[in-house]
Amino acid sequence: MSATTAIVTGKPGRARGGMTRKRGVDWLLLALVVVGALLVIAPFYLVLVNSFKSPVDYANSGPLALPQELDLTGIVKFWERVNFPQKVWNSVFISGIVAVLAVLISMLNAFAIGIGRVRGRTWIVLLFLLANLLPQEALLYPLYYMFKSVGLYDNVWSVIIVFTVIQAAFGTYLLSSVYGTFPKEVLEAASLDGANRWQILWRVVFPISRPTLSVLLIFFFIWTWNEFLIPLTFLASNDNQTVPVAISVLQGDRLMDVTTTSASALLGIIPTLIFFLIFQRTLTRGITAGAVK
Amino acid sequence: MTRDTRAGRTVLPPEQPSIPQRSGGTGAYWLYLLPGFVLLLVVVLIPLVWNAYLTFTRWKGVRAPEFIGLGNWQKLFSDEDFWTSFTNSVWMILAMVVVPTVVGLIVAALLFDVIGRKFGGRVGSFLRATYYLPQILPIAVAGIVIGWIVRPGDDGALNQILGWFGIPAVDWLGQMPSAVIVLMVVMVWVQIGYPVVVFMAALQRVDPELYEAAELDGANWFQRFSAITMSIIRPEIFVVTLTCTIAALKVFGPVYIITRGGPAGATLVPAYYAYQEFFTKRNIGYGATIATVLTIVVVIVSIVFIRVQNSIERKERAGL
Repeated sequence: MSATTAIVTGKPGRARGGMTRKRGVDWLLLALVVVGALLVIAPFYLVLVNSFKSPVDYANSGPLALPQELDLTGIVKFWERVNFPQKVWNSVFISGIVAVLAVLISMLNAFAIGIGRVRGRTWIVLLFLLANLLPQEALLYPLYYMFKSVGLYDNVWSVIIVFTVIQAAFGTYLLSSVYGTFPKEVLEAASLDGANRWQILWRVVFPISRPTLSVLLIFFFIWTWNEFLIPLTFLASNDNQTVPVAISVLQGDRLMDVTTTSASALLGIIPTLIFFLIFQRTLTRGITAGAVK
Repeated sequence: MTRDTRAGRTVLPPEQPSIPQRSGGTGAYWLYLLPGFVLLLVVVLIPLVWNAYLTFTRWKGVRAPEFIGLGNWQKLFSDEDFWTSFTNSVWMILAMVVVPTVVGLIVAALLFDVIGRKFGGRVGSFLRATYYLPQILPIAVAGIVIGWIVRPGDDGALNQILGWFGIPAVDWLGQMPSAVIVLMVVMVWVQIGYPVVVFMAALQRVDPELYEAAELDGANWFQRFSAITMSIIRPEIFVVTLTCTIAALKVFGPVYIITRGGPAGATLVPAYYAYQEFFTKRNIGYGATIATVLTIVVVIVSIVFIRVQNSIERKERAGL
């Protein structure tokens, strides 16, 4: 959900003192938060448990019990039916290219707005921000028609183009304020050394802002990975679909038994879990480091 | 807004670019904006205007659109489904903004003040990560997981748990109000991690000395929380409520996957309703009208939020 996550870089918080005496009420509050956390991950438990059951096992023991023996038929069935590696590749390809292009465009825009201070920059930032806030439905049919007429319908590049723009809109908004506070002395020094704007952008601004850019890159990748409406609409054929679309399309398939549905959810969760484990720190640093400047 | 109401604002002289000018002036920076702006024009601005134009037409997607003036707009007012869809947006706001913000605030405060301090930061960040997990799950996958848990019959996971307490199986998605309630629970589940993470980060800004001073003055935990914490983390509360409200208005995926607007249109939301008009019923003009209304609502909500925030900040600064 791209709209629900804001990132701004900021200062890390100060560490609190060591552990203090625990009272009964503290244990009670801990229990409360742990119960909440268990409720949050309960669906993940159900998915994990049922993905490894045979349909017969599921019918006999129900959805809550542990599997009687490990059965991979649900997973294999889903893997083969949707050609899962291909869907993962489509998602990686689309999200990867979007992330790189969107970071690049955000950087160019923000360089002009934050460092170049072009006229009317407040309005330009608002215009880009609007592109990110808009419901995608308000662009959907014209885009659908445009892609059909230029032959990009049912082509991964249609989705790449759209999300490059939408993600770059957010990136421009964010980076413009970051670049607005870029140390002036550094830029002046580079300029005195004879660097032109293009060189300053690539040799000074880009390396210094690399941490922020990498947070943006990861967010753009994950947001694009999770997108649903536009890939659903523009990627009609099986060969072009992304992981979320492939899973939801198969959902309507009557032949799918419960354990296969569960397996499809499991396989949909795994890439996400992998990102989460790899990028946990960057993610939390990104969102946490103060959602507000 | 008339010009007079804005008169109080001081106009700053245009700033100079951060890099000293030798040639070309600021105009040369427009070159850097060019690629981004051309893409924005083609992918966002032109389609947006085109979509607004389509609201005045009847169009099936083939042949040319037929201009019908305000016909679609008139139809909206007597269209019960349209009003249902916006009523459901209110439920989505309750589930995606009100509940997550309140619960998120409580959980973040507990994790930070109690668990982080008494049981160690590791326990705190582990629990925080757990709450955050559903946030990075593709909404399509989240929808399928839930849709499958609430499936009707005795073998659905939820129905089986209810069975332990002797409650008969419910067809959760086949009737109202349970279908809307399921959607709401899903959205709470998906959203809860976002405020928890943002608020926990915000809490780090609170100076512990303020608490100690308040404690000495005899303020209890709740008084300290409402007087100190809430005022310091107010910017984060604004950002969370604004972004979540916009997300709630735009909700599409869960409805498409879990209920398809059913039973009988009872769980329609504006985004799904527009989609349905575009691609199922092929009433493109009418779909465009719904999408345009949704856009207008999103823009108005954003402007109101930002104005309220600015006026509060201004008052606060004046008070200092």
